[in-house]
Amino acid sequence: MKKIIIYLYALFSFNYVAISAETGGMPQLNPEFWFSQIFWLTITFGILFIILSKFILPKIRSNLESRKSQIMENIEIADNQKTKSEKNLKEYDKIILDAKDNAKKTFNLAKEKIQLDLGKEREKIVSELNSEIEDAENEIKDLKKSSPEKISLIAVDTAAEIIQKLIGVEVNKSNVSAIVSEQVKLMKGK
Amino acid sequence: MAANPMYQFNVYRIGPEIKIGEIDISFTNASLFMVISTLAILVVFNLGAKKKSLIPDKIQLLSELSYSFVSKMISDTAGAKAKPYFAFIFSLFMFVLFCNMFGMIPYSFTVTSHIIVTFVLAAFIFIGVTIIGFLKHGLGYLKLFVPSGVPIILLPLIVVIEIISYLSRPISLSVRLFANMMAGHTMMKVFGGFVVSLGLVGGWLPLGFSVALTGLEILVAFLQAYVFAILTCIYLNDALNLHH
Repeated sequence: MKKIIIYLYALFSFNYVAISAETGGMPQLNPEFWFSQIFWLTITFGILFIILSKFILPKIRSNLESRKSQIMENIEIADNQKTKSEKNLKEYDKIILDAKDNAKKTFNLAKEKIQLDLGKEREKIVSELNSEIEDAENEIKDLKKSSPEKISLIAVDTAAEIIQKLIGVEVNKSNVSAIVSEQVKLMKGK
Repeated sequence: MAANPMYQFNVYRIGPEIKIGEIDISFTNASLFMVISTLAILVVFNLGAKKKSLIPDKIQLLSELSYSFVSKMISDTAGAKAKPYFAFIFSLFMFVLFCNMFGMIPYSFTVTSHIIVTFVLAAFIFIGVTIIGFLKHGLGYLKLFVPSGVPIILLPLIVVIEIISYLSRPISLSVRLFANMMAGHTMMKVFGGFVVSLGLVGGWLPLGFSVALTGLEILVAFLQAYVFAILTCIYLNDALNLHH
């Protein structure tokens, strides 16, 4: 300890005498190169500090900041695009829903129209058929009305001819018709 | 001589003797490793700062991670007011870290294993912090020695203790780093010597220890640089914010 104090005294009074490095013990406590170490430490650390603070660290800071801002920008853009696409999706959904509604409406309208047309057509056909059926029935009625007279006429003629052929006598047609009408009346009475 | 575990700490002159007046400022092996560390830091971080790609490559990532690491360390311990001192603390951390790490290379010299180097750094920090404290708070900085909420009877004792602890800061800061470095390197040297002296038969155990110690020392090299920087931040915090 005394030695160190002496060394320190020697250092600070600038009466420094070179002391051999071969003193043993801790070389750290040998003040021979203390000033050299302080001097070079000051120089190297000073240069390091100046260059780092003036040139290198600002660059790294600006790199980091520009990256941060770029990332933030990208995130913002992505967010915007996301909201936009969501909006678009909603619009599309709405359009599709509207289209579905429209299709349904059109379908229903067409259905109604078809049913209406079908009904009209059916009515028309039915009425035509009905009129035709009526006509036919009228015809049948007419025929029914006129048929007994015709039948009786035919019957009279036929009877007269048959009698002529069988007996060879000319029969008075009025007689025959009277008999026939009597027979018809009998048949009708049945 | 090489077997002496303290031999590795010897400082010797490289090149001619340089003198300013009576003061010897010759270039030594210690100076050499200071220069190497400084150059290594400058080269690495210059390369890292040059590239400006959005996705960083390894060296850019290294420098940017170091930047944000130190930046976070400062803002966590000393707050936003310490931002102007970022460059200094960054240089300090990197310088100590690189010196410690270069010391881990066999046959190299550990700059930070010398008390004078660490003491100069610590004294500079101590004086700087004290000046900053008085500039920011004037004589109010002396409140640092009077903690609030202490009974008046205890106050004289506490103030004395606080002053002693404040004044011992540069010593504790410098001795912590210096002693850790010296002890670790000495121990490695001792175990290395055991490997040689025990030879092929018994040398394996100390060899294993040496390997383990190397890993530990690399951890300590980083840790001590970190502790040195973070203590600087804490002292700075006291000077800047003064809430005791």
